[in-house]
Amino acid sequence: MPNKNVIFEAKDLVKEFGHGKTHNVVLKGLNFEIEDGEIVTIVGGSACGKSVVAKHLLGFMQPTKGELFYKGKKITNQRDHWQTVQPIFQDPFSAFNQFFSIRSQLEDSFKVLYKRPSRAEIKERVDAALLAVNVMPSDLKEKFPFELSGGQMQRMLLARIFALKPQVLIADEATSMVDACVRANILDYLMKLKKELNMTIVFITHDIGLAYYVSDRIFVMHDGGIVEHGTPDEVALHPKSNHTIQLLEDIPDIHKDWIKRKRA
Amino acid sequence: MKLLKNLLKEPAFVFGVCLFSLTILLALLGPLFVKINIGSEYLPYIQPGSEGLALGSDHGGRDMVSMLISGLQNSLYVGFLAGIIATTLGTFLGVYAGFKGGFIDNFINMVTNLFLVIPSFVVLLLISSSLEGGRSLQLIAVIIGFTIWPWTARSVRAQTSSLKSSEHINLARVNGADTFCILTKHILPYLLSYVFMVFIIQVASGILQEASISMLGLGPYDSVSLGIIMNDAMRNEALGDGAWWAFVPASMLITSIVFALYALNTSMEGVFNPALRK
Repeated sequence: MPNKNVIFEAKDLVKEFGHGKTHNVVLKGLNFEIEDGEIVTIVGGSACGKSVVAKHLLGFMQPTKGELFYKGKKITNQRDHWQTVQPIFQDPFSAFNQFFSIRSQLEDSFKVLYKRPSRAEIKERVDAALLAVNVMPSDLKEKFPFELSGGQMQRMLLARIFALKPQVLIADEATSMVDACVRANILDYLMKLKKELNMTIVFITHDIGLAYYVSDRIFVMHDGGIVEHGTPDEVALHPKSNHTIQLLEDIPDIHKDWIKRKRA
Repeated sequence: MKLLKNLLKEPAFVFGVCLFSLTILLALLGPLFVKINIGSEYLPYIQPGSEGLALGSDHGGRDMVSMLISGLQNSLYVGFLAGIIATTLGTFLGVYAGFKGGFIDNFINMVTNLFLVIPSFVVLLLISSSLEGGRSLQLIAVIIGFTIWPWTARSVRAQTSSLKSSEHINLARVNGADTFCILTKHILPYLLSYVFMVFIIQVASGILQEASISMLGLGPYDSVSLGIIMNDAMRNEALGDGAWWAFVPASMLITSIVFALYALNTSMEGVFNPALRK
Protein backbone atom coordinates (compact mmCIF):
# COMPACT_ATOMS: atom_id res chain seq x y z
CA MET A 1 0.00 0.00 0.00
CA PRO A 2 1.51 3.37 -0.94
CA ASN A 3 1.69 6.39 1.38
CA LYS A 4 1.26 4.16 4.35
CA ASN A 5 4.09 3.28 6.63
CA VAL A 6 2.77 0.36 8.64
CA ILE A 7 4.96 -0.59 11.58
CA PHE A 8 2.80 -3.16 13.38
CA GLU A 9 0.67 -5.57 11.44
CA ALA A 10 -1.33 -8.35 13.07
CA LYS A 11 -2.83 -11.15 11.00
CA ASP A 12 -5.35 -13.44 12.70
CA LEU A 13 -3.57 -13.09 16.02
CA VAL A 14 -4.70 -15.85 18.39
CA LYS A 15 -3.46 -16.39 21.92
CA GLU A 16 -4.49 -19.35 24.03
CA PHE A 17 -3.57 -20.20 27.60
CA GLY A 18 -3.81 -23.47 29.53
CA HIS A 19 -4.97 -26.93 28.58
CA GLY A 20 -8.11 -28.98 29.13
CA LYS A 21 -10.45 -27.43 31.67
CA THR A 22 -8.32 -24.31 32.09
CA HIS A 23 -8.04 -23.75 28.35
CA ASN A 24 -8.76 -20.14 27.56
CA VAL A 25 -8.68 -18.30 24.25
CA VAL A 26 -7.71 -14.74 25.10
CA LEU A 27 -7.19 -13.27 21.64
CA LYS A 28 -9.59 -14.54 19.00
CA GLY A 29 -8.03 -13.71 15.67
CA LEU A 30 -7.11 -10.03 15.73
CA ASN A 31 -6.35 -8.11 12.56
CA PHE A 32 -4.98 -4.61 12.78
CA GLU A 33 -2.37 -2.24 11.48
CA ILE A 34 -0.60 0.54 13.32
CA GLU A 35 1.06 3.21 11.26
CA ASP A 36 4.25 5.07 11.96
CA GLY A 37 3.80 8.22 14.00
CA GLU A 38 0.19 7.74 15.03
CA ILE A 39 -1.33 7.44 18.45
CA VAL A 40 -3.51 4.38 18.66
CA THR A 41 -5.58 3.64 21.71
CA ILE A 42 -6.83 0.18 22.53
CA VAL A 43 -9.90 0.52 24.75
CA GLY A 44 -11.81 -2.21 26.48
CA GLY A 45 -13.22 -3.41 29.80
CA SER A 46 -11.37 -5.73 32.13
CA ALA A 47 -10.25 -9.08 30.78
CA CYS A 48 -10.92 -8.15 27.15
CA GLY A 49 -7.33 -9.03 26.22
CA LYS A 50 -5.91 -5.55 25.77
CA SER A 51 -2.92 -6.12 28.05
CA VAL A 52 -2.17 -9.37 26.23
CA VAL A 53 -2.02 -7.36 22.99
CA ALA A 54 0.45 -5.02 24.69
CA LYS A 55 2.60 -7.95 25.75
CA HIS A 56 2.65 -9.21 22.17
CA LEU A 57 3.60 -5.79 20.83
CA LEU A 58 6.46 -5.68 23.34
CA GLY A 59 7.65 -9.13 22.44
CA PHE A 60 6.97 -10.53 25.92
CA MET A 61 4.59 -13.09 24.42
CA GLN A 62 4.41 -15.03 21.19
CA PRO A 63 1.05 -15.67 19.50
CA THR A 64 -0.35 -19.21 19.52
CA LYS A 65 -1.60 -18.82 15.96
CA GLY A 66 -1.43 -16.05 13.42
CA GLU A 67 1.34 -13.57 12.89
CA LEU A 68 2.50 -10.26 14.23
CA PHE A 69 4.91 -8.23 12.14
CA TYR A 70 7.03 -5.31 13.25
CA LYS A 71 8.32 -3.37 10.24
CA GLY A 72 7.53 -6.35 8.04
CA LYS A 73 9.38 -8.89 10.21
CA LYS A 74 8.27 -11.24 12.95
CA ILE A 75 9.48 -10.42 16.44
CA THR A 76 12.01 -13.16 17.13
CA ASN A 77 14.72 -11.52 19.20
CA GLN A 78 13.40 -9.54 22.16
CA ARG A 79 16.58 -7.54 22.62
CA ASP A 80 16.53 -6.43 18.96
CA HIS A 81 12.92 -5.45 19.38
CA TRP A 82 13.56 -3.35 22.48
CA GLN A 83 16.08 -1.21 20.62
CA THR A 84 13.13 0.69 19.21
CA VAL A 85 10.03 -0.42 21.14
CA GLN A 86 9.80 0.45 24.84
CA PRO A 87 7.03 0.33 27.45
CA ILE A 88 5.60 2.37 30.27
CA PHE A 89 4.06 0.13 32.89
CA GLN A 90 0.86 0.40 34.80
CA ASP A 91 2.08 0.17 38.36
CA PRO A 92 4.73 2.79 39.14
CA PHE A 93 5.15 1.51 42.71
CA SER A 94 6.52 -1.86 41.68
CA ALA A 95 8.24 -0.73 38.48
CA PHE A 96 11.62 0.06 40.03
CA ASN A 97 13.95 -2.14 42.01
CA GLN A 98 13.79 -0.94 45.62
CA PHE A 99 17.45 -1.72 46.27
CA PHE A 100 19.04 0.65 43.77
CA SER A 101 18.79 4.39 43.31
CA ILE A 102 16.41 5.66 40.62
CA ARG A 103 19.24 7.47 38.91
CA SER A 104 21.34 4.32 38.55
CA GLN A 105 18.34 2.47 37.16
CA LEU A 106 17.68 5.19 34.62
CA GLU A 107 21.31 4.99 33.54
CA ASP A 108 21.09 1.19 33.43
CA SER A 109 18.32 1.40 30.84
CA PHE A 110 20.89 2.25 28.18
CA LYS A 111 22.27 -1.27 28.59
CA VAL A 112 19.57 -2.50 26.23
CA LEU A 113 21.09 -0.54 23.33
CA TYR A 114 23.67 -2.25 21.16
CA LYS A 115 25.21 1.14 20.39
CA ARG A 116 25.69 2.43 23.90
CA PRO A 117 26.49 6.12 24.33
CA SER A 118 29.51 7.14 26.39
CA ARG A 119 29.13 7.56 30.17
CA ALA A 120 29.20 11.33 29.86
CA GLU A 121 26.52 11.28 27.20
CA ILE A 122 24.35 8.93 29.26
CA LYS A 123 24.61 11.33 32.18
CA GLU A 124 23.70 14.23 29.95
CA ARG A 125 20.74 12.43 28.40
CA VAL A 126 19.38 11.37 31.80
CA ASP A 127 19.69 14.95 33.06
CA ALA A 128 17.87 16.25 29.99
CA ALA A 129 15.18 13.60 30.36
CA LEU A 130 14.63 14.52 34.02
CA LEU A 131 14.29 18.17 33.08
CA ALA A 132 11.80 17.18 30.39
CA VAL A 133 9.52 15.76 33.07
CA ASN A 134 10.13 18.77 35.35
CA VAL A 135 12.42 17.12 37.87
CA MET A 136 15.65 18.85 38.81
CA PRO A 137 18.44 16.28 38.48
CA SER A 138 19.93 17.63 41.71
CA ASP A 139 16.71 16.79 43.56
CA LEU A 140 16.95 13.15 42.58
CA LYS A 141 20.61 12.58 43.38
CA GLU A 142 20.67 9.40 45.42
CA LYS A 143 16.92 8.93 45.88
CA PHE A 144 15.53 5.43 46.11
CA PRO A 145 12.17 4.36 44.67
CA PHE A 146 10.49 4.15 48.08
CA GLU A 147 11.28 7.81 48.68
CA LEU A 148 9.11 8.97 45.77
CA SER A 149 5.34 9.20 45.36
CA GLY A 150 3.42 7.24 42.74
CA GLY A 151 3.10 10.26 40.46
CA GLN A 152 6.82 10.97 40.68
CA MET A 153 7.65 7.37 39.89
CA GLN A 154 5.37 7.40 36.88
CA ARG A 155 7.27 10.49 35.72
CA MET A 156 10.53 8.57 36.20
CA LEU A 157 9.20 5.89 33.86
CA LEU A 158 8.46 8.66 31.38
CA ALA A 159 11.92 10.15 31.90
CA ARG A 160 13.29 6.76 30.94
CA ILE A 161 11.47 7.06 27.61
CA PHE A 162 12.70 10.64 27.12
CA ALA A 163 16.25 9.41 27.67
CA LEU A 164 16.08 6.32 25.47
CA LYS A 165 14.06 7.97 22.68
CA PRO A 166 12.54 4.79 21.23
CA GLN A 167 10.49 4.91 18.03
CA VAL A 168 7.49 3.19 19.55
CA LEU A 169 6.02 3.49 23.02
CA ILE A 170 3.60 0.95 24.45
CA ALA A 171 1.79 2.52 27.41
CA ASP A 172 -0.24 -0.14 29.19
CA GLU A 173 -2.68 1.61 31.53
CA ALA A 174 0.04 4.17 32.17
CA THR A 175 -2.28 6.53 33.98
CA SER A 176 -4.65 4.22 35.79
CA MET A 177 -2.79 4.15 39.12
CA VAL A 178 -2.28 7.89 39.51
CA ASP A 179 -4.68 10.65 40.49
CA ALA A 180 -6.47 12.89 38.01
CA CYS A 181 -4.02 15.75 38.38
CA VAL A 182 -0.97 13.59 37.69
CA ARG A 183 -2.86 11.92 34.85
CA ALA A 184 -3.28 15.21 33.00
CA ASN A 185 0.38 15.89 33.58
CA ILE A 186 1.46 12.57 32.17
CA LEU A 187 -0.73 12.97 29.12
CA ASP A 188 0.93 16.33 28.52
CA TYR A 189 4.33 14.69 28.63
CA LEU A 190 3.19 11.97 26.26
CA MET A 191 2.02 14.60 23.79
CA LYS A 192 5.37 16.33 24.19
CA LEU A 193 7.16 13.08 23.38
CA LYS A 194 5.00 12.59 20.36
CA LYS A 195 5.71 16.12 19.16
CA GLU A 196 9.45 16.06 19.80
CA LEU A 197 10.28 12.60 18.55
CA ASN A 198 7.35 11.84 16.25
CA MET A 199 6.92 8.71 18.30
CA THR A 200 4.32 6.06 17.61
CA ILE A 201 2.33 5.57 20.78
CA VAL A 202 0.08 2.61 21.53
CA PHE A 203 -2.04 3.56 24.46
CA ILE A 204 -3.91 0.90 26.37
CA THR A 205 -6.71 1.97 28.65
CA HIS A 206 -10.20 1.21 29.91
CA ASP A 207 -11.06 4.90 29.80
CA ILE A 208 -12.70 5.77 26.48
CA GLY A 209 -12.96 9.42 27.51
CA LEU A 210 -9.20 9.64 27.73
CA ALA A 211 -8.83 7.77 24.46
CA TYR A 212 -11.05 10.31 22.74
CA TYR A 213 -8.75 13.20 23.60
CA VAL A 214 -5.36 11.69 22.87
CA SER A 215 -5.68 9.32 19.95
CA ASP A 216 -5.59 9.41 16.18
CA ARG A 217 -7.40 6.08 16.04
CA ILE A 218 -9.25 3.99 18.59
CA PHE A 219 -9.65 0.21 18.68
CA VAL A 220 -12.43 -1.04 20.91
CA MET A 221 -11.84 -4.55 22.21
CA HIS A 222 -14.28 -6.96 23.75
CA ASP A 223 -13.77 -10.60 24.67
CA GLY A 224 -10.58 -11.06 22.68
CA GLY A 225 -11.71 -9.36 19.49
CA ILE A 226 -11.73 -5.85 18.04
CA VAL A 227 -15.40 -4.89 17.84
CA GLU A 228 -14.95 -1.41 16.43
CA HIS A 229 -12.23 0.88 15.20
CA GLY A 230 -11.94 4.30 13.69
CA THR A 231 -11.10 7.91 14.45
CA PRO A 232 -12.12 9.21 17.89
CA ASP A 233 -15.07 11.07 16.40
CA GLU A 234 -16.31 8.03 14.53
CA VAL A 235 -16.05 5.81 17.58
CA ALA A 236 -17.21 8.20 20.29
CA LEU A 237 -19.89 10.14 18.41
CA HIS A 238 -21.27 7.44 16.16
CA PRO A 239 -20.62 4.16 17.91
CA LYS A 240 -21.85 1.10 16.08
CA SER A 241 -21.10 -1.63 18.56
CA ASN A 242 -23.07 -2.18 21.75
CA HIS A 243 -19.84 -2.64 23.65
CA THR A 244 -18.64 0.81 22.61
CA ILE A 245 -21.95 2.31 23.69
CA GLN A 246 -21.58 0.50 26.99
CA LEU A 247 -18.08 1.93 27.50
CA LEU A 248 -19.31 5.41 26.64
CA GLU A 249 -22.18 5.10 29.08
CA ASP A 250 -19.82 4.05 31.80
CA ILE A 251 -18.12 7.45 31.80
CA PRO A 252 -19.18 8.89 35.17
CA ASP A 253 -22.52 10.71 34.84
CA ILE A 254 -21.49 13.50 37.12
CA HIS A 255 -18.95 14.53 34.52
CA LYS A 256 -21.49 14.53 31.70
CA ASP A 257 -23.87 16.53 33.82
CA TRP A 258 -21.25 19.11 34.52
CA ILE A 259 -20.40 19.52 30.82
CA LYS A 260 -24.10 19.89 29.99
CA ARG A 261 -24.54 22.62 32.59
CA LYS A 262 -21.40 24.38 31.47
CA ARG A 263 -22.68 24.46 27.90
CA ALA A 264 -26.14 25.66 28.90
CA MET B 1 19.27 0.79 60.85
CA LYS B 2 15.54 0.97 61.36
CA LEU B 3 15.42 -2.77 60.85
CA LEU B 4 17.99 -3.29 63.56
CA LYS B 5 16.04 -1.01 65.88
CA ASN B 6 12.89 -3.03 65.26
CA LEU B 7 14.79 -6.23 65.82
CA LEU B 8 16.19 -4.99 69.11
CA LYS B 9 12.64 -4.31 70.28
CA GLU B 10 11.87 -8.02 69.99
CA PRO B 11 12.70 -9.75 73.28
CA ALA B 12 13.06 -13.08 71.49
CA PHE B 13 15.69 -11.60 69.17
CA VAL B 14 17.73 -10.12 72.00
CA PHE B 15 17.47 -13.37 73.92
CA GLY B 16 18.49 -15.43 70.88
CA VAL B 17 21.43 -13.17 70.05
CA CYS B 18 22.69 -13.23 73.63
CA LEU B 19 22.38 -16.98 74.03
CA PHE B 20 23.96 -17.71 70.66
CA SER B 21 26.80 -15.22 71.19
CA LEU B 22 27.48 -16.86 74.54
CA THR B 23 27.92 -20.28 72.94
CA ILE B 24 30.10 -18.81 70.17
CA LEU B 25 32.22 -16.99 72.75
CA LEU B 26 32.56 -20.16 74.76
CA ALA B 27 33.77 -22.02 71.68
CA LEU B 28 36.16 -19.26 70.57
CA LEU B 29 37.51 -17.93 73.85
CA GLY B 30 37.22 -21.08 75.97
CA PRO B 31 40.66 -22.41 74.94
CA LEU B 32 42.24 -19.15 76.17
CA PHE B 33 41.12 -19.82 79.72
CA VAL B 34 41.15 -23.59 79.92
CA LYS B 35 43.99 -25.81 78.88
CA ILE B 36 42.45 -28.16 76.33
CA ASN B 37 43.31 -31.67 77.37
CA ILE B 38 41.74 -34.49 75.40
CA GLY B 39 43.58 -37.72 75.84
CA SER B 40 47.01 -36.14 76.18
CA GLU B 41 47.14 -36.93 79.86
CA TYR B 42 44.64 -39.32 81.35
CA LEU B 43 42.78 -38.54 84.51
CA PRO B 44 41.04 -40.95 86.85
CA TYR B 45 37.78 -42.31 85.34
CA ILE B 46 34.37 -40.78 86.04
CA GLN B 47 35.44 -38.22 88.57
CA PRO B 48 32.76 -35.75 89.66
CA GLY B 49 33.52 -32.04 89.50
CA SER B 50 36.17 -30.83 91.89
CA GLU B 51 38.71 -28.07 92.18
CA GLY B 52 40.78 -27.84 88.98
CA LEU B 53 38.38 -30.22 87.24
CA ALA B 54 35.18 -28.19 87.02
CA LEU B 55 33.00 -30.82 85.36
CA GLY B 56 34.90 -33.92 86.26
CA SER B 57 36.11 -36.57 83.84
CA ASP B 58 34.37 -39.12 81.63
CA HIS B 59 34.75 -42.87 81.22
CA GLY B 60 37.87 -42.42 79.14
CA GLY B 61 39.52 -40.30 81.80
CA ARG B 62 39.22 -37.11 79.76
CA ASP B 63 38.52 -33.65 81.12
CA MET B 64 34.84 -32.82 80.48
CA VAL B 65 35.36 -29.07 80.15
CA SER B 66 37.95 -29.62 77.40
CA MET B 67 35.65 -32.13 75.72
CA LEU B 68 32.71 -29.72 75.81
CA ILE B 69 34.67 -26.78 74.40
CA SER B 70 36.17 -28.66 71.51
CA GLY B 71 32.90 -30.56 70.95
CA LEU B 72 31.08 -27.25 70.77
CA GLN B 73 33.61 -25.90 68.27
CA ASN B 74 33.21 -28.91 66.04
CA SER B 75 29.42 -29.01 66.29
CA LEU B 76 29.19 -25.32 65.35
CA TYR B 77 31.60 -25.92 62.50
CA VAL B 78 29.52 -28.78 61.14
CA GLY B 79 26.33 -26.76 61.58
CA PHE B 80 27.64 -23.71 59.75
CA LEU B 81 29.25 -25.68 56.95
CA ALA B 82 26.10 -27.76 56.43
CA GLY B 83 23.97 -24.59 56.66
CA ILE B 84 26.08 -22.78 54.08
CA ILE B 85 25.99 -25.72 51.67
CA ALA B 86 22.25 -26.31 52.07
CA THR B 87 21.35 -22.62 51.81
CA THR B 88 23.56 -21.94 48.80
CA LEU B 89 22.42 -25.01 46.92
CA GLY B 90 18.75 -24.58 47.81
CA THR B 91 18.71 -20.87 47.05
CA PHE B 92 20.46 -21.28 43.73
CA LEU B 93 18.19 -24.11 42.55
CA GLY B 94 15.06 -22.43 43.90
CA VAL B 95 15.76 -19.05 42.31
CA TYR B 96 16.73 -20.57 39.00
CA ALA B 97 13.73 -22.90 38.83
CA GLY B 98 11.30 -20.22 39.93
CA PHE B 99 12.56 -17.72 37.42
CA LYS B 100 13.00 -20.00 34.42
CA GLY B 101 9.72 -21.86 34.77
CA GLY B 102 8.69 -24.45 32.20
CA PHE B 103 10.73 -27.60 31.75
CA ILE B 104 13.68 -26.55 33.95
CA ASP B 105 11.27 -25.68 36.77
CA ASN B 106 9.48 -29.01 36.44
CA PHE B 107 12.73 -30.91 36.42
CA ILE B 108 14.23 -29.16 39.46
CA ASN B 109 10.89 -29.50 41.22
CA MET B 110 10.87 -33.21 40.54
CA VAL B 111 14.39 -33.61 41.96
CA THR B 112 13.44 -31.51 44.99
CA ASN B 113 10.34 -33.59 45.63
CA LEU B 114 12.36 -36.75 45.23
CA PHE B 115 14.76 -35.55 47.94
CA LEU B 116 11.81 -34.53 50.10
CA VAL B 117 10.06 -37.90 50.04
CA ILE B 118 13.24 -39.89 50.65
CA PRO B 119 13.72 -39.66 54.43
CA SER B 120 16.96 -37.68 54.52
CA PHE B 121 17.97 -39.01 57.91
CA VAL B 122 17.96 -42.56 56.61
CA VAL B 123 20.09 -41.50 53.66
CA LEU B 124 22.41 -39.75 56.07
CA LEU B 125 22.69 -42.92 58.15
CA LEU B 126 23.29 -45.11 55.11
CA ILE B 127 25.97 -42.83 53.69
CA SER B 128 27.79 -42.35 56.96
CA SER B 129 27.69 -46.04 57.83
CA SER B 130 29.11 -46.95 54.42
CA LEU B 131 32.01 -44.54 54.87
CA GLU B 132 33.77 -46.66 57.49
CA GLY B 133 37.30 -45.42 56.96
CA GLY B 134 37.38 -41.71 56.45
CA ARG B 135 34.39 -40.19 58.19
CA SER B 136 35.78 -36.76 58.85
CA LEU B 137 34.01 -33.76 60.29
CA GLN B 138 33.94 -32.01 56.89
CA LEU B 139 32.51 -35.04 55.16
CA ILE B 140 29.71 -35.34 57.71
CA ALA B 141 28.95 -31.63 57.23
CA VAL B 142 28.88 -31.98 53.44
CA ILE B 143 26.58 -35.01 53.61
CA ILE B 144 24.21 -33.17 55.94
CA GLY B 145 24.31 -30.11 53.69
CA PHE B 146 23.39 -32.18 50.66
CA THR B 147 20.44 -33.83 52.39
CA ILE B 148 18.72 -30.83 53.97
CA TRP B 149 18.58 -28.39 51.01
CA PRO B 150 15.18 -29.33 49.49
CA TRP B 151 13.05 -27.23 51.85
CA THR B 152 15.13 -24.17 51.06
CA ALA B 153 14.84 -24.80 47.33
CA ARG B 154 11.12 -25.25 47.60
CA SER B 155 10.33 -22.13 49.57
CA VAL B 156 12.77 -19.96 47.62
CA ARG B 157 11.24 -21.22 44.38
CA ALA B 158 7.77 -20.22 45.52
CA GLN B 159 8.95 -16.74 46.49
CA THR B 160 10.82 -16.29 43.21
CA SER B 161 7.93 -17.26 41.00
CA SER B 162 5.67 -14.76 42.72
CA LEU B 163 8.37 -12.09 42.43
CA LYS B 164 8.89 -12.91 38.77
CA SER B 165 5.64 -11.29 37.72
CA SER B 166 6.53 -8.04 39.47
CA GLU B 167 6.94 -5.12 37.11
CA HIS B 168 10.49 -4.28 38.13
CA ILE B 169 11.56 -7.59 36.57
CA ASN B 170 9.89 -6.61 33.30
CA LEU B 171 11.62 -3.25 33.47
CA ALA B 172 14.97 -4.98 34.02
CA ARG B 173 14.27 -7.11 30.97
CA VAL B 174 13.49 -4.17 28.69
CA ASN B 175 16.62 -2.54 30.15
CA GLY B 176 18.52 -5.39 28.54
CA ALA B 177 19.45 -7.31 31.71
CA ASP B 178 20.37 -10.96 31.16
CA THR B 179 19.18 -13.85 33.34
CA PHE B 180 22.21 -13.73 35.63
CA CYS B 181 21.81 -10.01 36.21
CA ILE B 182 18.08 -10.37 36.89
CA LEU B 183 18.67 -13.18 39.37
CA THR B 184 21.47 -11.46 41.27
CA LYS B 185 20.38 -7.83 41.10
CA HIS B 186 16.63 -7.94 40.88
CA ILE B 187 15.51 -11.11 42.66
CA LEU B 188 18.11 -12.10 45.27
CA PRO B 189 18.12 -8.76 47.14
CA TYR B 190 14.37 -9.15 47.68
CA LEU B 191 14.91 -12.64 49.09
CA LEU B 192 17.94 -11.89 51.25
CA SER B 193 16.13 -11.48 54.55
CA TYR B 194 14.21 -14.67 53.87
CA VAL B 195 17.32 -16.59 52.83
CA PHE B 196 19.05 -15.43 55.99
CA MET B 197 16.21 -16.79 58.09
CA VAL B 198 16.39 -20.07 56.22
CA PHE B 199 20.14 -20.16 56.79
CA ILE B 200 19.66 -19.88 60.54
CA ILE B 201 17.24 -22.79 60.54
CA GLN B 202 19.56 -24.84 58.36
CA VAL B 203 22.47 -24.25 60.77
CA ALA B 204 20.27 -25.40 63.64
CA SER B 205 19.18 -28.43 61.74
CA GLY B 206 22.80 -29.19 60.74
CA ILE B 207 23.81 -29.18 64.40
CA LEU B 208 20.87 -31.40 65.35
CA GLN B 209 21.47 -33.85 62.51
CA GLU B 210 25.15 -34.14 63.40
CA ALA B 211 24.27 -34.73 67.05
CA SER B 212 21.74 -37.39 66.04
CA ILE B 213 24.04 -39.41 63.82
CA SER B 214 26.95 -39.06 66.22
CA MET B 215 24.76 -40.21 69.06
CA LEU B 216 23.99 -43.33 67.03
CA GLY B 217 27.71 -43.89 66.68
CA LEU B 218 28.04 -42.81 63.06
CA GLY B 219 29.73 -39.48 63.65
CA PRO B 220 33.24 -38.39 62.74
CA TYR B 221 36.03 -40.71 63.87
CA ASP B 222 38.78 -38.23 64.28
CA SER B 223 37.23 -35.53 66.44
CA VAL B 224 34.96 -34.81 69.36
CA SER B 225 31.52 -33.28 68.88
CA LEU B 226 28.60 -32.73 71.21
CA GLY B 227 26.88 -35.76 69.68
CA ILE B 228 29.95 -37.88 70.23
CA ILE B 229 30.08 -36.92 73.91
CA MET B 230 26.48 -38.10 74.17
CA ASN B 231 27.37 -41.30 72.33
CA ASP B 232 30.27 -41.97 74.71
CA ALA B 233 28.03 -41.40 77.70
CA MET B 234 25.41 -43.74 76.25
CA ARG B 235 27.88 -46.51 75.42
CA ASN B 236 29.46 -46.38 78.87
CA GLU B 237 26.09 -46.29 80.62
CA ALA B 238 26.80 -43.01 82.34
CA LEU B 239 23.17 -42.80 83.41
CA GLY B 240 23.45 -46.05 85.36
CA ASP B 241 26.63 -44.83 87.02
CA GLY B 242 24.94 -41.59 88.01
CA ALA B 243 27.61 -39.64 86.07
CA TRP B 244 25.29 -36.83 85.00
CA TRP B 245 28.25 -34.59 84.09
CA ALA B 246 29.04 -36.90 81.19
CA PHE B 247 25.87 -36.04 79.25
CA VAL B 248 23.81 -33.24 80.85
CA PRO B 249 26.14 -30.33 79.94
CA ALA B 250 26.46 -31.54 76.33
CA SER B 251 22.72 -31.93 75.87
CA MET B 252 22.15 -28.54 77.45
CA LEU B 253 24.57 -26.97 75.01
CA ILE B 254 22.85 -28.56 72.01
CA THR B 255 19.46 -27.49 73.30
CA SER B 256 20.53 -23.92 73.95
CA ILE B 257 22.19 -23.44 70.55
CA VAL B 258 19.18 -24.77 68.67
CA PHE B 259 16.79 -22.89 70.92
CA ALA B 260 18.72 -19.64 70.39
CA LEU B 261 18.70 -20.11 66.61
CA TYR B 262 14.96 -20.84 66.53
CA ALA B 263 14.29 -17.82 68.72
CA LEU B 264 16.31 -15.67 66.29
CA ASN B 265 14.39 -17.06 63.36
CA THR B 266 10.91 -16.49 64.76
CA SER B 267 11.73 -13.00 65.99
CA MET B 268 13.10 -12.04 62.56
CA GLU B 269 10.00 -13.30 60.86
CA GLY B 270 7.99 -10.89 62.95
CA VAL B 271 10.13 -7.96 61.83
CA PHE B 272 10.74 -8.86 58.19
CA ASN B 273 7.12 -9.70 57.51
CA PRO B 274 5.13 -6.50 58.00
CA ALA B 275 1.86 -8.44 58.23
CA LEU B 276 3.06 -10.05 61.47
CA ARG B 277 4.16 -6.76 63.04
CA LYS B 278 2.20 -5.73 66.05
